[in-house]
Amino acid sequence: MTIAAGVRPKSPIERLLAANSWLVYAFFYAPIFLLIALSFNDNENVGVWTSASTRWYSEMFQQDDVMRALRNSLIVASVSTLISTLLGTAAAISLERFRFRGQRVYDGLVYLPIIIPDVTMAVMLLLFFAQAFNIIDGLFGSKPAFGLGTISLAHIAFNISFVAVVVRARLAQLDSSLEEAAADLYATRWQAFRYVTLPLIMPGVAGGALLALTLSLDDVVVTSFVAGPGATTLPVYVFGLVRRGVTPLINAVSTVMLAASMALVLISLFFQRGTGTVAITEEEPLEET
Amino acid sequence: MTDSVKLTGVTKRFGDVLAVDDLHLNVADGEFFSLLGPSGCGKTTTLRMIAGFEFPTSGSLTIRGQEMALNPPNERPVNTVFQSYALFPHMTIEENVGFGLRMKKVAPADIAQRVKRTLDMVQLSHRASASPSQLSGGQQQRVALARALVNEPQVLLLDEPLGALDLKLRQAMQLELKDLQQRVGITFIYVTHDQDEALTMSDRIGVMSDGKLLQVGGPQDIYEHPRSRFVADFIGEINLMPAVAVDRDSVKLLDGQVLMAPHDAPAGRSVTVAIRPERFTLFRPDAEIPSGRSSIAGKVIRRIYHGDVFLYDVDTAEGLLEVKEENRPNVEVFEIDSQVVVSWSPSAATVIED
Amino acid sequence: MSEHPLPDPADTIAEMLHQPELESDAVRSESRRGVLIALPSWIYLTLFFAIPLLIVVVYSFATRSSTGLTRLTGWNIESYKRLFDPLVAEIAFRSIVLAVATTLICLAVSYPFAYYIATRTPKWRNLLIVLVLIPFWSNFLVRTYAWRIILGSDGPLAQITEWMGFEPVRLLFTNSAVLIGLVYGYLPFMVLPLYAALERMDWSLVEAARDLYADGWTAFRKVTWPLSRPGVIAGSILVFIPSLGAYVTPALLGGAKTTLLGDYIVSQFLAARNQPFGSALSVAVMVVMLGAVVVYFRSGAKNL
Repeated sequence: MTIAAGVRPKSPIERLLAANSWLVYAFFYAPIFLLIALSFNDNENVGVWTSASTRWYSEMFQQDDVMRALRNSLIVASVSTLISTLLGTAAAISLERFRFRGQRVYDGLVYLPIIIPDVTMAVMLLLFFAQAFNIIDGLFGSKPAFGLGTISLAHIAFNISFVAVVVRARLAQLDSSLEEAAADLYATRWQAFRYVTLPLIMPGVAGGALLALTLSLDDVVVTSFVAGPGATTLPVYVFGLVRRGVTPLINAVSTVMLAASMALVLISLFFQRGTGTVAITEEEPLEET
Repeated sequence: MTDSVKLTGVTKRFGDVLAVDDLHLNVADGEFFSLLGPSGCGKTTTLRMIAGFEFPTSGSLTIRGQEMALNPPNERPVNTVFQSYALFPHMTIEENVGFGLRMKKVAPADIAQRVKRTLDMVQLSHRASASPSQLSGGQQQRVALARALVNEPQVLLLDEPLGALDLKLRQAMQLELKDLQQRVGITFIYVTHDQDEALTMSDRIGVMSDGKLLQVGGPQDIYEHPRSRFVADFIGEINLMPAVAVDRDSVKLLDGQVLMAPHDAPAGRSVTVAIRPERFTLFRPDAEIPSGRSSIAGKVIRRIYHGDVFLYDVDTAEGLLEVKEENRPNVEVFEIDSQVVVSWSPSAATVIED
Repeated sequence: MSEHPLPDPADTIAEMLHQPELESDAVRSESRRGVLIALPSWIYLTLFFAIPLLIVVVYSFATRSSTGLTRLTGWNIESYKRLFDPLVAEIAFRSIVLAVATTLICLAVSYPFAYYIATRTPKWRNLLIVLVLIPFWSNFLVRTYAWRIILGSDGPLAQITEWMGFEPVRLLFTNSAVLIGLVYGYLPFMVLPLYAALERMDWSLVEAARDLYADGWTAFRKVTWPLSRPGVIAGSILVFIPSLGAYVTPALLGGAKTTLLGDYIVSQFLAARNQPFGSALSVAVMVVMLGAVVVYFRSGAKNL
């Protein structure tokens, strides 16, 4: 590359840049490693290291609350990921490959959830569900309850947009003459989509789905607003515990959550390989707050 | 000869932009037809309408006598070779070539056989299981060709298919394409902005500009007898001299010289006389000009050596004329500032009505 | 083989009147297909995003009853007037200062960092950027929680400073803790767009500047910096917006005196039960953020 010519190796500036970078990496990773290390601390008191053990992990698996919250999280995450991936991919295709009236409005509608802070999103959905349930109560005489259903509906609402943005970026990169070539070679619209478009945007769809999964497993604010009593996801449960203080059990649960996130990164890298890792993540999620 | 593709009054508008303007065109069966023009002239839009990627705003488009203006691409008996080749990156060469037959639900055994035969034809059988990205540009080009031809279309549409290749390969492929077309006997409609390409390969050429089809004719006809300034200028180098029509057989140049040149313009109409640089011959001022030839005196002000030819700029009463003389032992080479006479035979001049 | 069979003009006109737009049917059916594909998400987002958004706006003009219920009568702008209360103004000011500080710190740290990564060989570059992606994708709550341990009263920071002979540094429940948490949380959001902008850059332009007698600093100021501006703007927006609406970070690392807009809004719904005022706050925050995004789009960035 020509880069080496731009910055002469081993100049003082270069050394400063390198030092800054390693400090940033230390800043990124020190807390993470510390957390992982502490989760293996046998002592009840987080601040005092005694000996290594996995006792908090086994305790975690015996805690019904944790396991129930985990189960809820997995249900919500898989349902919302599945539906938002379908809807978001369709949204991306209609925005990138078709022209229709009202498209600009629709485009805005798809983008807006990304730039709206999740506190606002949470407030919106809380008020909406409360109103909607009153109306349903008035019409049918029975009132639906807040729970896993409302959480999933809410997660789909913010995930559609992120999936759409990621898939759309991929579609925009796709040479549209490939789809024309398929049509030219006697493929119907559906066949062209099935045999050419879909396989080629699959990395984007997978990336979008993983982003949706991550956001769903990360969300605290929206979920705690629309969860209602009884239905708690793992992040909301952990958030509740964490506000009260630091315990070795939380460290263990946190480490498991971190490990899950990292597994998702690896899977996503696997899907993105050869397609430019950063292309997919240029559209940043703003959902976690 | 039957008409393979026939466009009648075809117009295509993109919003306010008139891309193709009332186009009338018949392409005969088995013909190698080129649409030639600068970028943005509407030639690609015309091709895309024949392929079915765009629908005309008005007009009629028939393929083998059947109205097809609004049929989707998959219902048309035509195939396209794309400028970017548009090979499916997630399929092997074999799968790419067999795609159309699979979509047409041809029996798998037949597909395998036809794919093999077509790959043989373009000499790529040995790369059948490679992926497109593993092939060179020239090879990808052949695959694109094979993928279209394997379907035995009635018309093959080619959108600047050689544009991405380097000069040597492009020239080789030109001959190969022409050869192939004669062997398979399929109608080729070929879009290009490269006049050499069009002249080399085509049976007929249609020159387009600003959405209009300006002139249709054989390569020689187009080159030797352009009917408009645009066509004259776009194809090759040409000298243009303003003149006035005298009668149906002659025109008068600005310096009063009357030239023999047949034309249709009414007397008194101002016209342009167009002469190709290679149709000029240079003589010494004292040389005897063969009878029947027109001539004009001038001075060499520039000489460019091109290997096979010398290009002279000669300053004359009619303006600067470009003269192309072959670099051969018996052709005299003139120095800069030498006085010369530029001479041509009447048949070399074409009269363009402005 | 006829070339220009001139059509009878009368015929052409008649034809045009008859079929003014031959392709219009095809265009219409194509656009209908697009709408059909868009429809499920369109309906979904209308129902679960547009309507809720409208409800918040409506609620912000409603009245709160003495028992904390919301009365959808007596429309007024009292809630908006309250936005200018000294207490609210203080919270808003603190939030904005923290969000701006977070953005500036992230930018100052990320620019040289992204520049360093972008100027490595491609092999190194990919590895280094993956090391940024890992924290980026990692659970935000957990990453913030780690700082609660570090900054805690007997956490590593206090222990280390004490061991070094200083007064033990205890930052938890202060504005500094929130600032550290925000920077830590959103740093990848700044690094990635900056990296994308710098990596895409045509470095021969810098060489051209050097060739034209610019020194290193001038070449950076006149070429590199302007060309990376879209990345700077994108990163700033991506950090500023969530920082301004932050809830988890102040809730975990901040104290009673460090209330920010995010947790203030939440408290209006979950504790104070003043929905109209909470709605008005939400609308105000949203307007500020949309303003920021408009600035971003004006600055020539194509997509978010």
